[in-house]
Amino acid sequence: MNSVMVKLARVQVRDALRSRWIIVYTAVFLALTETLFRFSGTDAKAVLSLATASFAIVPLGTLILSTTHMYNAREFTELLLAQPIRRATVYAGLYLGLALPMVGGFIAGIGVPLLLRGGGDPAQRGAVFALLGVGTALTLAFTAIAFVIALGVEDRLRGVGIALGVWLLATVAYDGVVLTVVALFSDHPIERPLLALMFANPVDLGRVLLLLRLDVSALMGYTGAVFARFFGTAGGAAAAAAGLVFWIVAPTAVAALRFKRKDF
Amino acid sequence: MIEFSKVTKRFGGTEVLRGVDLSVASGRVMGLIGSNGAGKTTLIKLLLGLAHPTSGEIRVSGKRIGNDESYRSEIGYMPQIMRFPENLTASELFAMIRELRGVAASADPGIIEQLRLGDHLDKPLRVLSGGTRQKVNAALALFLQPSILVLDEPTASLDALSSAILKDTIRARRAEGATVLVSSHIMSELEELCDEVAFLLDGVIHYVGPIAELRARTHQVNLERAIAALMIREVA
Repeated sequence: MNSVMVKLARVQVRDALRSRWIIVYTAVFLALTETLFRFSGTDAKAVLSLATASFAIVPLGTLILSTTHMYNAREFTELLLAQPIRRATVYAGLYLGLALPMVGGFIAGIGVPLLLRGGGDPAQRGAVFALLGVGTALTLAFTAIAFVIALGVEDRLRGVGIALGVWLLATVAYDGVVLTVVALFSDHPIERPLLALMFANPVDLGRVLLLLRLDVSALMGYTGAVFARFFGTAGGAAAAAAGLVFWIVAPTAVAALRFKRKDF
Repeated sequence: MIEFSKVTKRFGGTEVLRGVDLSVASGRVMGLIGSNGAGKTTLIKLLLGLAHPTSGEIRVSGKRIGNDESYRSEIGYMPQIMRFPENLTASELFAMIRELRGVAASADPGIIEQLRLGDHLDKPLRVLSGGTRQKVNAALALFLQPSILVLDEPTASLDALSSAILKDTIRARRAEGATVLVSSHIMSELEELCDEVAFLLDGVIHYVGPIAELRARTHQVNLERAIAALMIREVA
């Protein structure tokens, strides 16, 4: 790994770890995990509730914090670009410097209460690890999406508004769209288009990966149920994981290209 | 040496710079003058690689700037407004810039002492006053002793003493052979510092040359009145 990029990311991480927002973000997961495991009755229910909450909080927190960070760091980014460093290196340093503390906050927020409880029910550990993995993937994906937005939209308010719109679409409106499609085309064989629709949303892909672990597809919405039926196999899990990787790589590449071409 | 040759920059349908030709010789201080939106900051950003020219070429020390970013190791840049990562300390920032430039970069702690930043080095940048942060901004541009200085409104927000120290430092660096490009709205400051000035209006350079020559040409007693006379003439 490029040593300049590591140095830059290290400085960014140091800045982020001292900031209030990462403390608040971590505290939210700490409180949520502790509360759910204390009051949900069984660890299986707690993991399911935690996953549902995480799939809303991770994209929201990541999109809003990353977008605003990019706007706030505009002048600092210009200072970095005025140094003898490649743009790709600056981009990678900024991305990792932001994404890694968010991943750390998420993992610590869920992991620490569980460790204090001795790791929880051993039968649910696979699901917990899946949740941590999916949350990490969603953090990386939505940080990149936030970069795409912030690098493409000059106006800060508009950029943050678009980030909120993306969150609403991915976490709230998406299943509604899928259900509408199902209702409108119920007389047609629509399972293949539905599967394609699921790949178009990283949050649903994350849900499916967890469904496969928890076997509770009926509780996770129609999209999850369809996906579980078709891909409740090792191949299905691999396909969903590959889809999530795509959702990290594709926006990261688009953001990197925008960063390379952007006039600051 | 900095050279702009027929440099044009368009943002969408707006042409911000139109065929700018400008050169700054080594050991000279060039002042960039122009009203807001004249293209001064864009010219500086093109030089630093922060923006890409639509056409034309820019050379630094004889080498055309393009995809090779190494030329920027010669440049110290002081932007007009700087928002630092607020949880870092000034010393961490200096260390970061030094590390990013490589271990070969030799630092001049003198400027940090002269600007009286010593007591503030280990405080988070968010707790520093605007003036102190501007001093950090100035020191960041100067402490690695670059051979080219690019300064955008360098004395804005600085107290009188710091402003004088900064100007003395710029003069000293010039005497050592540094090339300086400085943009400012304070004409007396440019008159004090610059060997030459370039006057930009609507993306076109309308005058480049010594200040004395501009004063003589416009029959004015100082740079401010000379520029005002030039603006009136060009707008008319």
